[in-house]
Amino acid sequence: MPEEIRYIQVVDEEGRVDTKLEPKMKKERVMQLYTTLIRLRTLEARMMTLQRAGRIGFYGGSVGQEATATGSAAALQPQDWVFPQYREPGAALIKGISMETLLYQFMSTAKDIGKGRQMPVHYGDRAVNFVTISSVVASQIPHGVGAAWAMRMRKANAVAMVYYGDGATSTADFHAGMNFAAVFRAPCIMWCNNNQFAISVPREKQTASKTLAQKAIAYGMEGLQVDGQDMISVYAAAKYAADKARKGDGPTMVESITYRVGPHSSSDDPSRYRPDSEVELWRKKDTLERMRHYLRHKKWYDEDEDAKLHKLADEEVSAAIAAAERAGPPSWETMLEDVYAEMPQHLQMQHDDLAAYLKWKEARA
Amino acid sequence: MAVLTILQAVNDALRTEMRLNEKIVVLGEDVGRLGGVFRATDGLQKEFGEERVVDTPLSEAGIIGSAIGMALYGLRPVPEIQFQDFIYPAFDQIVNELAKFRYRSGGQYPCPVTIRTPYGGGIRGGHYHSQSGETHFAHTPGLKVVIPSTPYDTKGLLIASMRDPDPVMFMEPKRIYRSAKGEVPEGAYTVPIGKASVPREGTDVSVFAYGSMIPVCLEAAKHAESKGTSVEVVDLRSLVPLDIKAVLASAEKTGRAVVVYEAPRTCGYGAEISALIAEHAMLSMKAPIVRVTGFDTPFPYALEDLYMPNPDRVYRAIEQVMSY
Amino acid sequence: MVAVTVPSDDIVQVLREDGSAVSHLEPKLSSQDHQKLLRTMMLARATDTKAMNLQRSGRIGFYVPSYGQEACQVGSASALKPGDWVAPAYREPGAALFRGAPVKALLAQCYGNMADAQKGRQMPSHFGSSAVNLITPSSPVGTQIVYATGVAWAMKIRKDPKVALVYFGDGATSEGDFHVGLNFGGVFRVPCIYFCNNNGWAISVPRDRQTASKTIAVKAVAYGIEGARCDGNDILAVIRVTREAESRARGGAGPTLIEAMTYRMGPHSSSDDPTRYRPAGELEAWKRKDPIERYRQFLEKSGIVPAAKAKDLEQEVTKEVEDAVIEIEAEAPVPPELLFEDVYAELPYHLRLQRDSLLGERKAGSIVEYEQAEGKFPL
Repeated sequence: MPEEIRYIQVVDEEGRVDTKLEPKMKKERVMQLYTTLIRLRTLEARMMTLQRAGRIGFYGGSVGQEATATGSAAALQPQDWVFPQYREPGAALIKGISMETLLYQFMSTAKDIGKGRQMPVHYGDRAVNFVTISSVVASQIPHGVGAAWAMRMRKANAVAMVYYGDGATSTADFHAGMNFAAVFRAPCIMWCNNNQFAISVPREKQTASKTLAQKAIAYGMEGLQVDGQDMISVYAAAKYAADKARKGDGPTMVESITYRVGPHSSSDDPSRYRPDSEVELWRKKDTLERMRHYLRHKKWYDEDEDAKLHKLADEEVSAAIAAAERAGPPSWETMLEDVYAEMPQHLQMQHDDLAAYLKWKEARA
Repeated sequence: MAVLTILQAVNDALRTEMRLNEKIVVLGEDVGRLGGVFRATDGLQKEFGEERVVDTPLSEAGIIGSAIGMALYGLRPVPEIQFQDFIYPAFDQIVNELAKFRYRSGGQYPCPVTIRTPYGGGIRGGHYHSQSGETHFAHTPGLKVVIPSTPYDTKGLLIASMRDPDPVMFMEPKRIYRSAKGEVPEGAYTVPIGKASVPREGTDVSVFAYGSMIPVCLEAAKHAESKGTSVEVVDLRSLVPLDIKAVLASAEKTGRAVVVYEAPRTCGYGAEISALIAEHAMLSMKAPIVRVTGFDTPFPYALEDLYMPNPDRVYRAIEQVMSY
Repeated sequence: MVAVTVPSDDIVQVLREDGSAVSHLEPKLSSQDHQKLLRTMMLARATDTKAMNLQRSGRIGFYVPSYGQEACQVGSASALKPGDWVAPAYREPGAALFRGAPVKALLAQCYGNMADAQKGRQMPSHFGSSAVNLITPSSPVGTQIVYATGVAWAMKIRKDPKVALVYFGDGATSEGDFHVGLNFGGVFRVPCIYFCNNNGWAISVPRDRQTASKTIAVKAVAYGIEGARCDGNDILAVIRVTREAESRARGGAGPTLIEAMTYRMGPHSSSDDPTRYRPAGELEAWKRKDPIERYRQFLEKSGIVPAAKAKDLEQEVTKEVEDAVIEIEAEAPVPPELLFEDVYAELPYHLRLQRDSLLGERKAGSIVEYEQAEGKFPL
């Protein structure tokens, strides 16, 4: 019995625009997306350089897949929550997390909201409803569903955007999250960034289903695919799913088809498991180029403006790096705080013992 | 004789035993084509093929559960969990199935699976690439828990694990994956599971530890020696089954005990050592049993060096027990 | 638009509720085959009935009956060869019996005395036997789906012409292990049959609250594997669909998810009271679809098993169960030493210390004998 999975593409690789699918977007909104893309690219290029120079310990970037997180987050409202995996800095920027906040976390400074407790790219910011990242794949999926369920129970006019990758669809947490989302009609968007790789394991080895979107059928949920390289398509798909959830019509699974041009992280060497020719193919589907096509179509593209945006982005990132490098490390006491709401006795004992040790060490020096 | 790192010893053990036993199947995330994120399984897929060295979907429960089934059927699977921090989706399979199959079936269904996983801090990994969860497994009857600290022990214990009729958690101290170097004989050999070793003999204080903490304790011992204290370091090597006799013999010999583990303090494995000594060798002790441990917090990123026991803290504990 | 293949919703039925058959769908079976199938279903029913009585009278502590699901168990098991492996959940005594496990062995596991090969280690209804390639189950729901996948995977690696069949219920499809097991099964194309006994209830949670998908079979689309549905109270339909899955698996074409539509006529277990949560009249409606009665009618109508013979079989199996109970009850309880065996292949030192300590205490009479706890096992 055949069934059809919708595929959304507004701007194709040649720059042709499907006006039937084109979402209604004001120029400000589109320029916001374009600017964020430039800021993101600038940030990530600098972070890889910093990591190689030893100024940050680690970086895991979203080179090649910038649109999928940026365009989708743009369809949200401020009261909506984002549950990231760890590869959605575009969503962080759209939500309004500042470059400083990011750099404070990347450089584990005293000004980091997380107080230097986690390795780089594991940030979060409650002020903009962006939930703190963990390294564990897919664990955020049931969290996002639960939050959305609560939103529904409290009749809040809010939805949850839940991000995860192709690898995550093999996990038990994906299964549990999807099933609960559908059973409880949670107002969430189950957004799969299919970048074709889970470190070295390619999409075809992850699962035998033809698409990832069809897994939604197994839960009684709608599933659709979108061209993840096209910012406008991504926005359109996310807007559809967010509106639907907000209306009370339940969750949607979106499989955003993109590619991880960069390595899994600064510790990874993709030349060991994929040919450069494949990477080159996807570089040709570059998001920035695609957006320029759209801007030219709308007659909103300006080369000078573009150059200015790049320069501004450079300055913004440099300022954030400088601020972070000035900020200094977190104090030792912070290691024992926030384990519980109030410090229990056993941790107080450890605190005191550590203080005594540091005194002892100083005395020996 | 070749000088290898722990990582190379792991690779050597797998290669050696896979050549001897065609029932061994290695499976896990990124273990085949990539050779493992630490390169522990480098070159194995090329030599033994895709059927014996398998890149699996992203699912720890699937990796361990499948391995259990393979073992039931007569293969010898050696699954890898990429970082011990990620083992928890498989915790149900490990605790409720793997550990209990032999017992619940009255011996009909043994489950010889060797789970390899890198554990512990020291690589700037933060909360989710640094955990030491050995106590979860030591607390589960039916599992064996093995933690080497040298390349020689790594190869011998891993081969022994792959030949053991029981399920083994083979936890690899990733902090010293590349820094621990030592002579490793060619070909197959085993180091017995259930036997501790004494890398440094002494008469004044016994220091009990395992894994990445061994080099830390050896350094503290050297410093203590220069100050006139003779320190014995006992490398447990097997947490389950524990070499209880060796532990008690050393405690009774010196009368002073320091127990070191990097895991969170409460209910860490070393608490068992403290209890055993208190129960069976109390009257030989000249001082309280002191533990040097990680803190009861999630493993911090920036303050990692403060969190992990270092030679200074171990030395301070030695001073403390010597002061009685 | 991308076209994907989704399993059919159609429910395969061969035996209509009145006992007449859709003849062109009938699986090939000899008279002996039919008789064995009927007898085994009756034996399973008799075992359940006796065991529930034993539990009520306090002679065993607990039991999981499977009234109404005999066709699912016996029919599916009959499609396999002796060398194939079966991984039960805990509600498939009919499968164990069909494979040749003696009733005595099954019930002995409920008593947990020296007649039990598993040495009294698990609560009742956790029977397994390597002699009939039936893997001992545990209580956590769904875990068997993953290790059964591993068994099938190993069969493929060894190039053995065997298959594995794993049972689970509708509730289990919500567990991570269902997802994980079927995904691995699809990726590695293992010779496994994923057999879902959809009996409508996960203790008190009805099927439509378990998942929002239209059927359970449709979940196969998520894994790139085949799916099929059958009337689980129609033993011939169960046999037909399982045989298709078996030949697919053995032929190397990979796994199938079978959804057998049936009904849990009894309680979840001897500790459960379904009147607290099931709608009135539902049970009565399903009693009219009793699988044993339907099959018996078909066999009588077609002359394969006349009424008198069917009555004989019923009496035979009742006696078989009674005799088994008498033999089991004559056996001694399990001695304390056995507590420490089979934790590992060889008794390690620390367990020897614990064992000696326990035996020493008992010898010295210094252990306080604790009374059996008042509360019943709540599930």
